Amino acid sequence: MPLVSIDKVHKYYGENHVLKGVDLKVEAGEVISIIGRSGSGKSTLLRCINGLESFQEGAIYVGNQAVEDDELKLRLLSRSVGMVFQSFNLFPHKTAAENVMLAPQLVLKKDAEECKALAKKLLEKVGLGDKLDAYPANLSGGQQQRVAIARSLAMSPKVLLCDEITSALDPELVGEVLHVLEQLKEEGMTLILVTHEMNFARDVGDRVVFMHQGKVWETGASDEVFANPQTPELQSFLSVVR
Amino acid sequence: MDYQVNFSGLVPYFSTFLSGIGMTIQITVISTILGLLVGTYCAAGRISQQRWLSSICAVYIEMTRNTPFIVQLFFIFFGLPALGLKLSAWEAGIIALVFNLGAYSAEIIRAGILAAPKGQWEAGRTLGLTYRQIFIHIILPPAYQRVYPALVSQCIIVMLGSSVVSQISLEELTFAANFVQSRTFLSFESYIVTAVIYLFLAILMRQAFTLLSKVMFKAPAL
Repeated sequence: MPLVSIDKVHKYYGENHVLKGVDLKVEAGEVISIIGRSGSGKSTLLRCINGLESFQEGAIYVGNQAVEDDELKLRLLSRSVGMVFQSFNLFPHKTAAENVMLAPQLVLKKDAEECKALAKKLLEKVGLGDKLDAYPANLSGGQQQRVAIARSLAMSPKVLLCDEITSALDPELVGEVLHVLEQLKEEGMTLILVTHEMNFARDVGDRVVFMHQGKVWETGASDEVFANPQTPELQSFLSVVR
Repeated sequence: MDYQVNFSGLVPYFSTFLSGIGMTIQITVISTILGLLVGTYCAAGRISQQRWLSSICAVYIEMTRNTPFIVQLFFIFFGLPALGLKLSAWEAGIIALVFNLGAYSAEIIRAGILAAPKGQWEAGRTLGLTYRQIFIHIILPPAYQRVYPALVSQCIIVMLGSSVVSQISLEELTFAANFVQSRTFLSFESYIVTAVIYLFLAILMRQAFTLLSKVMFKAPAL
């Protein structure tokens, strides 16, 4: 049974039909890269998986939990689905460690000591063991994004959604964030990435999903899709981004 | 101009001024704390999705901000007894000041809340926090930090505005000045001394808030 299963999902913003029957199955441990032009619906799809956006038709399951428009159910769902944002969204008044500790403390009701140890462990894992007490404003973009990843991992999600997480970074900082993702893949984490990093999608991703006009236009194993795109739309997209 | 300035004439009333200062500080501290509390709840109510709650808060805020403070005070102290609610000058003064600061600070705090990027709410939601938890732990602290200077000024206005409650014979600093002036006829001296005391209190208050901000806001300016 797939970990994330998306069935014929339709999403409208008023008159605007953004997702036109998207189907996608993601197995546990897979790394999926969603690529496509802006406006193709890739970020919207990602945000539907954890309920940040509602959808009007179809169904999404994470494990055996359905994604429904219900606050309590979405809160439960958010324990299995982590998300990292393009703009980091760290809490500016909290240190790196406090950012990581907040959710385990408030949501899982773990005690402070345990959370502190967890924060230390996770920040060390993303290479920021020396920045526990630093505030986001005093960290570089790459460092902030790694804190954000650690913060998501603190809730031990089954799947991590990454919404263009390197797009706001200076080019020289992209590598350190991608490196963390590689590490997560090795540990068996399921990753769904909306990304513009084609090299990363090809080299690290298992599967590529090309979205076009609100549909999954073409999908397949990463190396094959990049080496041998089938549809003219993907061919033209790849020729532009490469 | 042959007026002989006579400050020494005020010396016998030293303790009158002192107790006036004490009362001014007391009502300022109490109404600042309660007023900011009311302001925070009203700001939260104002941004609530519940239309009725938001409307109630809006009516309160606009009513208070668009009527004179002294009329509010007189209404509470002289008007409400007609409905059977008799309050002491102290109670009426505190209520009027809290009422006033509550409305003004609600708008200031609300501005701070609305300035929070949407991503802060989303980050909280994806971590599984409740609306209340997001509001209290994620949105509110930076909101206070953002609008702190405006909030401090508003609290100082409350301290200065507390002079108005002398009009319902609450014995604070301005009441003391009026009293001394009526006894000694040293109007010039009484009021200039009072003005200088208010000035010092305001400076002191600002200093205290600056100190407090260093304890409360450890993160660099947002």
